[in-house]
Amino acid sequence: MRPEQNYIELFNANRALIDRGSAGALNGLRDRALECFNVFGLPHKGLEEYLHTDVREWFSADWGMNLGRIDMHVDKAQAFRCNVPNLSTLLYYLANDEFTFSQTAAKTSLPEGVFIGSLREAAGCRPEIVEPYYGRLADMERPGIAALNAMFAQDGMVVYVPDGVVIDRPLQLVTLLYSPVDIMVNRRILVVLGRGAQLKLLLCDHTLNTGGFLTTQVIEVFAGPESNLELYDLEETHNANLRISELYISQDNDSQVETDYVTLNNGQTRNSVFVTLEGRGSRLSLNGIGTIDRNQHLDNMTFVDHRVSDCSSNELFKYVLDESATGAFAGKVLVRQDAQHTSSEQTNRNICLTRQARMFTQPQLEIYADDVKCSHGATVGQLDEKAMFYMSQRGIPEKEARMMLMQAFVGEVIGRVALEPLRDRLNRLVEKRFRGELSKCEGCRVCR
Amino acid sequence: MIMMLKIENLHAGIDGKEILKGIDLEVNAGEVHAIMGPNGSGKSTMSNVLVGHPAYSVTEGKVTFKGKDLLAMSAEERSHEGLFMSFQYPVEIPGVSMTNFMRTAINEKRKALGKTPLSPADFLKMVREKRDLVKLDAKFMNRSVNEGFSGGEKKRNEIFQMAMLEPSLSILDETDSGLDIDALRIVADGVNRLKNADTSVIVITHYQRLLDYIKPDVVHVLYHGRIIKTAGPELALELEERGYDWVIREFEDSVG
Repeated sequence: MRPEQNYIELFNANRALIDRGSAGALNGLRDRALECFNVFGLPHKGLEEYLHTDVREWFSADWGMNLGRIDMHVDKAQAFRCNVPNLSTLLYYLANDEFTFSQTAAKTSLPEGVFIGSLREAAGCRPEIVEPYYGRLADMERPGIAALNAMFAQDGMVVYVPDGVVIDRPLQLVTLLYSPVDIMVNRRILVVLGRGAQLKLLLCDHTLNTGGFLTTQVIEVFAGPESNLELYDLEETHNANLRISELYISQDNDSQVETDYVTLNNGQTRNSVFVTLEGRGSRLSLNGIGTIDRNQHLDNMTFVDHRVSDCSSNELFKYVLDESATGAFAGKVLVRQDAQHTSSEQTNRNICLTRQARMFTQPQLEIYADDVKCSHGATVGQLDEKAMFYMSQRGIPEKEARMMLMQAFVGEVIGRVALEPLRDRLNRLVEKRFRGELSKCEGCRVCR
Repeated sequence: MIMMLKIENLHAGIDGKEILKGIDLEVNAGEVHAIMGPNGSGKSTMSNVLVGHPAYSVTEGKVTFKGKDLLAMSAEERSHEGLFMSFQYPVEIPGVSMTNFMRTAINEKRKALGKTPLSPADFLKMVREKRDLVKLDAKFMNRSVNEGFSGGEKKRNEIFQMAMLEPSLSILDETDSGLDIDALRIVADGVNRLKNADTSVIVITHYQRLLDYIKPDVVHVLYHGRIIKTAGPELALELEERGYDWVIREFEDSVG
């Protein structure tokens, strides 16, 4: 049987239960989601975009879902220690997909009009901040998981920052996967920034026990005119974790978005990023680091759509692959006819430390405007042997020299992270990772 | 006389091709030796073999450094024992700051010698002192190793590193190449100030120029992987004047 059929049957059989565990706009989108899923199905290796990641295979297993929303008793505070020193965040959790506040965050009063909370709750009690946005960016009429996610998603997080409001303190959303049995989790995040609003949001993806997990994550971001967003997505999960994430960003006039993907540890991951530069003068910085080994797999796909003039996009993705790890990067930049004076740069550099490690990279540039400045480049190589020898002549042992070179390599990406304490933290995490001291996720129960 | 380096019948090459065909050389503590020779004579091979470049392999012979078997040591062990090479082409290492690089090198050496790491204050003091020696600006310490350095800055940086690591034996591999006269003087001055009765220097050079500033005690001519003539400092001047041909002819006549 097609795996799609399983999900359709599961959906039809549990529709009432799904709706009962959710609300408003989330339930309102399900019929169309089912329709789209019926037509487009799951992504598979026959599609160019999914050539290197057999997502369909992931879904073929018989995954359970917690549609009845049974309390899994995830002990958040015990399970997770925040490991970003000097970074005072407003902390929130998604335990599987269930939103909760940390004690501090619950007590903190926010500027007027700001809403940070459960997507399910907001869909029920604040439809005006959910309905106009939910499902508007995530494209269900293409191969992907937006439709499947919309069929089953019951909760998640919503951050709504109205015009002119600046939230200084970074928000940190820790997603914790915990289940006594193998489970599929569908989570959803919605971020809406009004004119001139500013937000820093750090997503940390963790697994709390060794069970098998399959997560679908759909994030929709509306960056209003002159808004400023820093969005960081840090994955530190275990080897049996499967994650497929889709991030959709729409940028209005003169908005500025930085989004960085850091995959320190994982099982198999597919991240897709779709950014539409809708408003003139908008700027995007889109970066990624992957440090993977063993049989880990990381596939980042980005699509930046320059629709109007005077926008810039700057992309830098770097991977270090050890042992039998495999990586893929596909980056597409589309510069439409109206997008004159576009400035776009895309770079993907990779180091394979072993002969077994594999990297597939595919930069793509499609330009229909004539007055633009665009460049792209991709390389796959090894650590610089000349530098290695130079260092050993100075008395630096091979192991240390390798460490320093790898750290320097990804350091270029970390240098782009705007949030300074996070930058320091990432430098330390990456160093630990390369030293093999971070074999699983930092601070989680399984590894302690 | 304390023996610093003793090379006996050294044969070595790269990719199965023999380049050094039986080198014999003795360097005592406190001495400066110049190794000169036409292009392709094996000068760079010799320095690379001595510092343990992995691409080169030794097929025969023995090298004793401060009484120890040099060829049995890894490149970093040779460095810890006090062997230093100033590279002809110093390598750029983007993303690794000079400070980090130097601190790691110093502390790895100290670790190998059973010493505790240098305190940050002592390290900084040492950096300041040694920078002055070659007039290297403080800003270089925050920059990536050799990245964006001019030719002269790179060579000054080599001598700075030499000063930091306090080697017993320094090999200067074509240190004069690509240097203008001012930079050459600064580099040579640095080397001279580091020289003492316990340290030795091997200057590998194609031209006499550098030897005007770093005075050798002994001059060797390397040709086709062999040392074909050894004499005092006057030999360098003669080579500058007359070229290498006469030495080569003399050698060929002598071997028949």
